Amino acid sequence: MALLSVRDLEVRFVTRRATVHAVNGVSFDLEPGETLGIVGESGCGKSVTSLAMLGILPKPAGRVTGGSVVFQDRDLLKLPDSELRKVRGRDIAMIFQDPMTSLNPVLTVGRQLTEALTAHLSMDKKEAVKQAGELLDRVGIPAAATRLNDYPHQFSGGMRQRVMIAMAISCRPKVLIADEPTTALDVTIQAQILDVLSTLVREEGMALILITHDLGVVAGVCRRTNVMYAGRFVETGSTDELYARPRHPYTLGLLKSVPRLDAARRERLEPIAGAPPSNMHEATGCPFAPRCVYATQESRERMPELRPIDRHDHLVACWNPVPDADLPEHEIVAAEWEPR
Amino acid sequence: MTAASDPLVRVENLKVWFKIRSGLIIDRHVGDIRAVDDVSFDIIRGETLGLVGESGCGKTTVGRTLVRLYEPTDGSVFFDGEDISHLSQRELRPLRRRMQMVFQDPYSSLNPRQSVGNIIGEPMRVHSSATGGDVDGAVRHLLDVVGLPRSAYSRYPHEFSGGQRQRIGLARSLALNPDLIIADEPVSALDVSIQAQIINLLEDLQDEFHLTFLFIAHDLAVVRHISDRIAVMYLGKIVEIAPSDDLYASPLHPYTIGLLSAIPIPDPAVERGRERIILTGDLPSPASPPSGCRFHTRCPFRQPHRCDTEVPELRVLGDGHAVACHFAEEIKAGAIRPHEVQPEPL
Repeated sequence: MALLSVRDLEVRFVTRRATVHAVNGVSFDLEPGETLGIVGESGCGKSVTSLAMLGILPKPAGRVTGGSVVFQDRDLLKLPDSELRKVRGRDIAMIFQDPMTSLNPVLTVGRQLTEALTAHLSMDKKEAVKQAGELLDRVGIPAAATRLNDYPHQFSGGMRQRVMIAMAISCRPKVLIADEPTTALDVTIQAQILDVLSTLVREEGMALILITHDLGVVAGVCRRTNVMYAGRFVETGSTDELYARPRHPYTLGLLKSVPRLDAARRERLEPIAGAPPSNMHEATGCPFAPRCVYATQESRERMPELRPIDRHDHLVACWNPVPDADLPEHEIVAAEWEPR
Repeated sequence: MTAASDPLVRVENLKVWFKIRSGLIIDRHVGDIRAVDDVSFDIIRGETLGLVGESGCGKTTVGRTLVRLYEPTDGSVFFDGEDISHLSQRELRPLRRRMQMVFQDPYSSLNPRQSVGNIIGEPMRVHSSATGGDVDGAVRHLLDVVGLPRSAYSRYPHEFSGGQRQRIGLARSLALNPDLIIADEPVSALDVSIQAQIINLLEDLQDEFHLTFLFIAHDLAVVRHISDRIAVMYLGKIVEIAPSDDLYASPLHPYTIGLLSAIPIPDPAVERGRERIILTGDLPSPASPPSGCRFHTRCPFRQPHRCDTEVPELRVLGDGHAVACHFAEEIKAGAIRPHEVQPEPL
């Protein structure tokens, strides 16, 4: 049975001037210990999805207008705040993109780390401090015990993100949501953080939801990948399958528009024409149709639902999926076909 | 480079240090941020030179010093054979027409109170390269060139998306028909699907206007795609410079090796199979850079001698491939293997 089950999640931002259709019916299951990637470009609703799941949408504009988020037989969207607070941080933890603004600048790192331990696990102070030191050590901060008394500004960006990770895993959550955890960091630091994250997820048996715009990051970390566009999942499948046989024209477009370091240099990149649609109005047809070379009359008129293609766990929301002939050439590399 | 090469820009032993000041009443000079410290390179006419490195390595400072937005502390910058490092602002003006910049942030580099037509036309009016109706015509032509509708002329920057704004910035940089364009992270703020559009546009413009590019970015995959040669910077110094394919095929400097290894490749099969060298630690402070080789504190190939005492010079190994590492040959031959590095507490 799935650990976390999201069904038809719908989020709107309502202001006096307009209504933004941020998330339009997102459904997915997260198994224990699974690593799941959510990929998409800015404004596609990937962050809002995770904020909505934890009930931390910006108020008052942001509201969940439909769907359910079932975690351990309880719908998180229906829980009162006091109950939800017990889940958040303990069973489901989150790390954000910007480690500077998500740490309190006037409290020491030790104080912030022990806060969760004393609140959720009712540890006494001494025990919590000891535990906090061990946590910093686990995320690879040198001289961990002596750094508990330092303030966030005394840490570099990469180190701050390590502190955030330490804080997130402090209560041994079952689900860790990482929203663009490395976007603000340099690539060599990104490599360090992804390494720490992958190791911890494996060792602790946590499930990970990794939200990112970077297809390379997902390829290295996640077993399963969802591609999001205009507030919907347009394709979902095992990461191997998705990258080798992308069936949604948007997924294919994304893969073709990034230069690859390991491939021979191409003369031209193949960008996706146009720009993402406005989410001020409810879409009727496929939201990608205006930019899509495979679009048909049906695409423009009727909304495609996710349905299986090639394999039972590879789903695509498209009326006219990418044919075999147009798949990327390097597909042969990935020979892993048996389900994991 | 060969004798046939004709540098448009030559940088010799360039140093740009920023003073650190302290004291409320008495202004004391307590140290220097050595943003760029003894850097030399050429930009050949018609080529794209990529300048890569992580934040704080000095790549932006190099770019800005080339157009004298920053004053060099020491060393020289030659543009088309002329030493421009000591020219007065007045003497610089005619040269500025020939070198233009494109900035990273398309939101803050365009004046929100000016119409797009004004923004693109302003350089022409300032430098009197066109007047009156000619400016209008030239601006409309530039809008076509960068792929914006002519109706953009009387609209304002906030009406455009990030990618479109970057096109406006490009049109402005082309207004004076320059020889050199310094593009500082021109696509970093854009989504991948839009990024590819702008990269292709840059390539088209280079062919059409015979431009020379200095392309500054942190994304090595993008830089490799667009550049003929790449210079890698670390903490104020160039550690390696090589033709693009060469740099990827046989990186010689340990930092380049680590940097290439850190870049995620959008292919799960490749990602799993890669041998990774994860660089430990953070960038040291450019106010007190490590002795000897600046990379020695993080270097997985560090040797017990020379590395921490002797500054490695950039030396040429093979065709146009230069590297600043004492042990580049041994690393290439596999005689030195990478080892664990304990990160130092800050």
